[in-house]
Amino acid sequence: MNVISVNSLWKEFPIQIRKKGFLGGIASLFSREYVIKTALDHVSFNIDEGELIGYIGPNGAGKSTTVKILSGILVPNGGEVKVMNKTPWENRVETVRQLGVVFGQRTQLWWDLPVIESFELLKDIYRVSNTSYKRTLDLLTDRLELSKLFNVPVRQLSLGQRMRCDIAASLLHEPKILFLDEPTIGLDAVSKLAVRDFVRYLNKERKVTILLTTHDMDDIESLCSRVLILSEGKIFLDGTLEALRKKMAPERRLIVDLLNENETIRDPQAALIKQEGHRVWLRFDPTLVTTPELISRVTSKHPIRDLYVENPPIEEIIARFYQNANL
Amino acid sequence: MKPYIAILNTRMAVLFQYRSAAIAGLCTQVFWGIVKVMILEAFFAQSVSAEPLSLAQAITFIWLGQALIQLLPWNIDKELEAQIKTGNVAYELLRPLDLYSYWFFRAMAMRLVPTIMRSIPVFMFAGLFQALPAPESWSALIAFVVSLLFAALLSSAITTLVHSSMFWTISGEGIQRLLPQVTLLFSGVVVPLPLFPDWMQPFLNLQPFRGVIDIPSRIYTGVIPVVEAPYYLGFQLVWFLFFAIAGKWLIARALRRFVIQGG
Repeated sequence: MNVISVNSLWKEFPIQIRKKGFLGGIASLFSREYVIKTALDHVSFNIDEGELIGYIGPNGAGKSTTVKILSGILVPNGGEVKVMNKTPWENRVETVRQLGVVFGQRTQLWWDLPVIESFELLKDIYRVSNTSYKRTLDLLTDRLELSKLFNVPVRQLSLGQRMRCDIAASLLHEPKILFLDEPTIGLDAVSKLAVRDFVRYLNKERKVTILLTTHDMDDIESLCSRVLILSEGKIFLDGTLEALRKKMAPERRLIVDLLNENETIRDPQAALIKQEGHRVWLRFDPTLVTTPELISRVTSKHPIRDLYVENPPIEEIIARFYQNANL
Repeated sequence: MKPYIAILNTRMAVLFQYRSAAIAGLCTQVFWGIVKVMILEAFFAQSVSAEPLSLAQAITFIWLGQALIQLLPWNIDKELEAQIKTGNVAYELLRPLDLYSYWFFRAMAMRLVPTIMRSIPVFMFAGLFQALPAPESWSALIAFVVSLLFAALLSSAITTLVHSSMFWTISGEGIQRLLPQVTLLFSGVVVPLPLFPDWMQPFLNLQPFRGVIDIPSRIYTGVIPVVEAPYYLGFQLVWFLFFAIAGKWLIARALRRFVIQGG
């Protein structure tokens, strides 16, 4: 069942052109010129119940715009959007009641309140019953190790602590859908892992549908079965990580440690990326030559100590893709 | 209603933390109260014609004005101003709340807390050292309390309208300079409204700011007899409704524009 369906979504922003200098300033008092920037260009996708989707794209690709439209706080120029069968901007209050939203860059808790008081205020705002509040809070406290943080004012929390509290706050009303916007940004390795584990748990055990916006490819690789890549307002790819790898880089790498440093490897179907001492990096296209074939050819010509095959890291694929997008 | 009551409660709890500001303000209010009382005494001593207020009533006006000064819609919420400036106000819309009501109850907390923290000690001081009399009767006291309640509603509605207007002005600077002067003068804190010239009275009687301090003070001192109080309470209520409807309309317009433009 689709919990979110987006059909031909289209959003433009007028951006005022500033004229230069003093006279330009005066002229703009009388007439203003605008350029139209297309933030979302007929974007379509569906999200099924229980999916965990990585939503990625370079800065300015339109990710936040999408999240804002899905939450009902921004009205698009065209297209059809249903979140839990309702059009968000026509039913903002009802839509946001079903959603949890976390922004890594800013807290949604009240700055000058102790954490527990923020939680209690949220309980009243979302009209959560006492019993279900207590149950949810116990669970979150246990999972996110919050008990020591309850009486600390939000402004005194470290970033990792604040993130845990923010995630808990977004879940007190047990939303079916969660939007996470860069939830691991700026976190240390331990906090990152904790957040990731919890997100995985929410999705697998609690069946929460999650849309995860991130620039951290480890997040994507460890969590998401499906990725949506947005570029200049268009969906560039909607599929698995594997599909992304295939689309961007139908290549494998063969890394060989030679016995003899002075040798180098030449093969008609594998390109040399680099060589550092004993170690040689080769690039090959698995559709042209199979991995065993290449290995046997290389090992028959050169005495080697060790070798292994790898896929290019996802960061690199994405970076290459971003570069292409910027051209 | 429950979410909004919770917002009011929580916000009040936060604001009650600012005690040192209240103590500093308290000293100012007591000092100015004493100065104003001395000025009034000098005026009354020189006056040749009959004044519309007795000296005792005028002094009571002064002390009520000093005690209730924080009830005036004289300033804006800095946090809301910052939210509007940065556009972060969009995130407030992620809560299942009506933005007008949310802001109204925030404004209410902003009016009530400083008023409570300041009025009680000022009343005590004026009662002990300045011979502030009690209201004439129990029914006058009840009418006074009700009019204070309506004054709080009115003031919060004016404040929320000002906040809504910041969607257009972005910076609240201009209105911030204007508000203290206008509200202090027209609510009767600077000079009790009955002492203004006769030709100004028709205007003064109709403008909304008298609903905040002037009307409660008149009921307290008996300048408005208890039997006439319902008319003045109605006056406060009508202005409250006017500002509430205007504010709600303005926020609805702002949101329509905002959600279409903002990114």
